[in-house]
Amino acid sequence: MAFREEHELHTRRRGRNMAVGLLLGGFVLLVFAVSIVKLSQPQTEDIHAPNYASEAGE
Amino acid sequence: MSDASWSKSFEHEAQFGDYLELLKPRVMRLVVFTAAVGLFCAPVPVHPVIAFAAILCIAVGAGASGALNMWFDRDIDAVMKRTQARPIPSGRVQPGEALAIGLTLSFLSVMMLGLFANLFAAALLAFTIFYYAVFYSMWLKRATPQNIVVGGAAGAFPPMIGWAVATGGTGLEPLRLFALILIWTPPHFWALALWRNDDYKAANIPMLPVARGPVVTRRYIFGYALLLVPVSVAPAFTSIGGALYFGMAVVLNTILLIGAWRILRRDEAAVAADRFRTEKRFFGFTIVYLFLHFTVLLLEATLRGLDLSLNWI
Repeated sequence: MAFREEHELHTRRRGRNMAVGLLLGGFVLLVFAVSIVKLSQPQTEDIHAPNYASEAGE
Repeated sequence: MSDASWSKSFEHEAQFGDYLELLKPRVMRLVVFTAAVGLFCAPVPVHPVIAFAAILCIAVGAGASGALNMWFDRDIDAVMKRTQARPIPSGRVQPGEALAIGLTLSFLSVMMLGLFANLFAAALLAFTIFYYAVFYSMWLKRATPQNIVVGGAAGAFPPMIGWAVATGGTGLEPLRLFALILIWTPPHFWALALWRNDDYKAANIPMLPVARGPVVTRRYIFGYALLLVPVSVAPAFTSIGGALYFGMAVVLNTILLIGAWRILRRDEAAVAADRFRTEKRFFGFTIVYLFLHFTVLLLEATLRGLDLSLNWI
């Protein structure tokens, strides 16, 4: 079985795999960015948290 | 599995673009736009990163329902000229793949919207996907000539979801935006259905022109255009509207009524003479009509943000 041989199939799949990889990378970045924003915004739920505000937005 | 069948199964392997097409990118664009307007018109400011993430979730959710719709409608899509080139009927994507993508993206988009924004917005998105994929696609589309009236609601939810992302709830304003798209959809699609009649007949879908004939359809288009006038003007008298919106609505509704009146007065001889020119122009105009309504709402929101809004009521 010559699986190592470059088949037309592999070239076709390369584009698809790259796109899926970029998509997943983008998703990770998005979750990271939203986490940073959420953690740095004032919140009213946890009184001991450093970003606690008696009313959000204060 | 023989060697021949092994290589054959990879012959039509879908490319990334084919999967993207399952998500109906053109419908997604409208969803992104109306959801963004709903979000930015809301009285609560949203952090740009959260706004971006939330709108992305709404777009992916809409795309997922599009993939589920293509999965279910693959039999009729193969019959209709307008839809024959879609990924499933053209053989580029397997039905099972479309179903898997639709379900996965539905769950993912709803879950992420719940985490990024709030549970109310996520619940609304989940309901929208269910409404479009199950209630409309699987049931009403093939069951009643009023399918478009009911289906229009699915397209009308995005601005409500956008508003819910910002406020965590709903109100008079998002409901009026909902009503605007809901009442706009039937005349928009019936104008298209008038000249796509043969397609729907072939697929055995009870669109109004198929089930009740073109004369009744023309009356319905005019009736809905009349109904659309007060619905379109109504947001002007809420916190998201203003003098600019009111002025725009008056102009656009005048053009709409003239177009609908022309459609009402036409008979089949006139249609045969110019090959649905009036209907096609009316269809094109309805797209501009809705786009301008939401653009001006965005403009009003920007003016309010800059404190330049006219205090007119």
